[in-house]
Amino acid sequence: MAYAAGVDVGSTQTKAVIIDEHAAIVGRSLIDTGANVVVAAENAYVAALRDAGVPEEEVGYIVGTGYGRYRVTFGHTQITEISCHGRGAVHMFPGTRTVVDMGGQDTKAIRVSPTGEIVDFCMNDKCAAGTGRFLGAVATALEIPLPELGVVALRSTRPVKISTTCTVFAESEVLSWLGRGKKVEDILLGVHNSMISRSIGLMRRVGIEPEVTFTGGVTKNIGMVQGLNKALGFEVNVGDDSHFMGALGAALFARDHILTGRVPAAHTEVPR
Amino acid sequence: MSEKRAADGIVGRGMTSGSDLFRQWFDRLTAAAASGDKTAYVFVMGSLVEILHVFDFPVSFPEINSLQTAVKRVAHEYLNQAEDYGYSPDICGYVKADVAVQLRGGAHPMGTLPKPALAIATNACNTYVKWAEIWERLYHIPVFTLDVPGTRAAGGQTCPGDPDFAADCAYVKGQLQELIALCERVSGKKFDIDRLREVLGYANQMSVAWRRVIELNKSVPAVFSALTEGTVYLGVANGFRGTAEGAAYFRDLVEEMEYKAARGLGTIENEKYRLAFVGVPCYPIFRRFNEMFAEWGGVFASSTYLWFASGGTSLGFEYDLTRPLESLAEGVLISVRHAMDAMFHPDRSLAADLESFKLDGVVYHPIKSCRTVSTGLADSRRALMARTNVPSLFIESDMMDKRVVSEAQLKNRIDAFFEGLATRKQAARA
Repeated sequence: MAYAAGVDVGSTQTKAVIIDEHAAIVGRSLIDTGANVVVAAENAYVAALRDAGVPEEEVGYIVGTGYGRYRVTFGHTQITEISCHGRGAVHMFPGTRTVVDMGGQDTKAIRVSPTGEIVDFCMNDKCAAGTGRFLGAVATALEIPLPELGVVALRSTRPVKISTTCTVFAESEVLSWLGRGKKVEDILLGVHNSMISRSIGLMRRVGIEPEVTFTGGVTKNIGMVQGLNKALGFEVNVGDDSHFMGALGAALFARDHILTGRVPAAHTEVPR
Repeated sequence: MSEKRAADGIVGRGMTSGSDLFRQWFDRLTAAAASGDKTAYVFVMGSLVEILHVFDFPVSFPEINSLQTAVKRVAHEYLNQAEDYGYSPDICGYVKADVAVQLRGGAHPMGTLPKPALAIATNACNTYVKWAEIWERLYHIPVFTLDVPGTRAAGGQTCPGDPDFAADCAYVKGQLQELIALCERVSGKKFDIDRLREVLGYANQMSVAWRRVIELNKSVPAVFSALTEGTVYLGVANGFRGTAEGAAYFRDLVEEMEYKAARGLGTIENEKYRLAFVGVPCYPIFRRFNEMFAEWGGVFASSTYLWFASGGTSLGFEYDLTRPLESLAEGVLISVRHAMDAMFHPDRSLAADLESFKLDGVVYHPIKSCRTVSTGLADSRRALMARTNVPSLFIESDMMDKRVVSEAQLKNRIDAFFEGLATRKQAARA
């Protein structure tokens, strides 16, 4: 059987995944999306093929997802990241009933059926509050590399209360806490708690049903993982490939097409 | 007559005639602005145009004027002007656009709007009363506020036959008599009960036809989009209520819809999903918003907007012309309550419509700047989901303010909704 590919063009990063006939990931790549979305999609796909050691002609079907899904010009069809994260999460963690995805531009809560069908979903408002972008703004304000944010936050013993959820205002609020002599780790844990509170709110809107699977780029932040566990009262599912969940779901839909001749969730006739 | 010729003459007539009537309406308002004719400002719920027509007041609907600025893609200019004047970005966009119209001396994309000589508000919308106070301060005009009793008691209102209903009607009739006295004073004309009968007769024809048009969309495929075409029909239902032109328009509209229903002529090709719309349309991207659904074969067969924004006349209440004033009081009472139930408790009617309209999903569209319509929609959605397992989509934007309309985010949610519907249909077939 041919390989299947999924390309997830997000606002911050573009991910590509190649899976084999058994739905096992054989190649993956992650690059910054940058200004040229079309090129980012192509580069991510080529890098994933290289990682898999699979020639392009052996890929039978490609599904694009993410905000830039219609810019995956070499893709056969497009499916939203909402469907793809749901599908990927249920595949990776079959007990998944709720998905919380924190990406660069949005945070979403998705309730899924045992087969991965989307029962309901809810996303953050039009602003970037409570998203990866929010963390990025704070990292810049505090001059701490993004990957270290969670680690530093976990050192906190007295987190501050961040009142704003606005990414733009967050920077000035963080600076005002610094001016009042608060420790960096206390400010950071406050930021994390603020985001967790918003994410839990989104999940409540669709109904929190265990198991909860955490997906998206923010899964790399240990402070966020532990914070979610604490707030929910149980451990969320998270794995090494959780930030590839959208691309994995897209690849699984592509595999469906190879196996059955159709993509259950997609409508290829939708104009690009 | 050949089938093609008949179709050429009938299909699409409601849209072209509706556009013509709209232009005529705004031309009349422009003429009134030039001549200084005394004009009444009214709202779509509880407009009481039936009485105003007796006194030949030109009637201006500021809600419709405001939404027209969004449809004409200049709403931002009006909103910015009102905000520069001091209004908050968070209050009703309709109010702000109207304030800017007033600040501009009536300048509007459709013509020049006259100043009011009197205004009529109801308690159907919280903002109506505060909005009318602005005109009161600007122009020192009388504002008549109709208090419709029992409006917030969905399912618990008084009904015809109840002693309390008679008391409620008497209360409304007393207010109508006060309005008549006010109109006599402002217009300098005497009230003519026979002229009222004539107006009510036209209104009856329109209400019955409006109800019929909405019912005809139970046809598969849907004969009109309740979101786009329905909004044009709605404009005529409001602007021409109680007039010969309005009655003629709706007579033709019923003919058009029956013609299409009998021949299976749908408003879109390849209808796949039938939807209900709950809320107020996204006027800043009015066509595009609908396209994002139509691209998937989705059509809005039903819309709560057609119910409440027509002031509940979609109910088809017919006035008894032998006792016009009493019957008008009854009709206003029943229709305005129906409008408010459509806003605040849409789950009740939607649950019934799921089967009769063969709906595949329900789209909730709360809007940033209208708390009256939007506040309870999340709760209403939960109520519907508790009673049925119909898929629903909850998307937020605005009816006026493009700053809070994100087309990309709307599309993402809409696409995901249809992916879910597609999966569900395929699973059902399997």
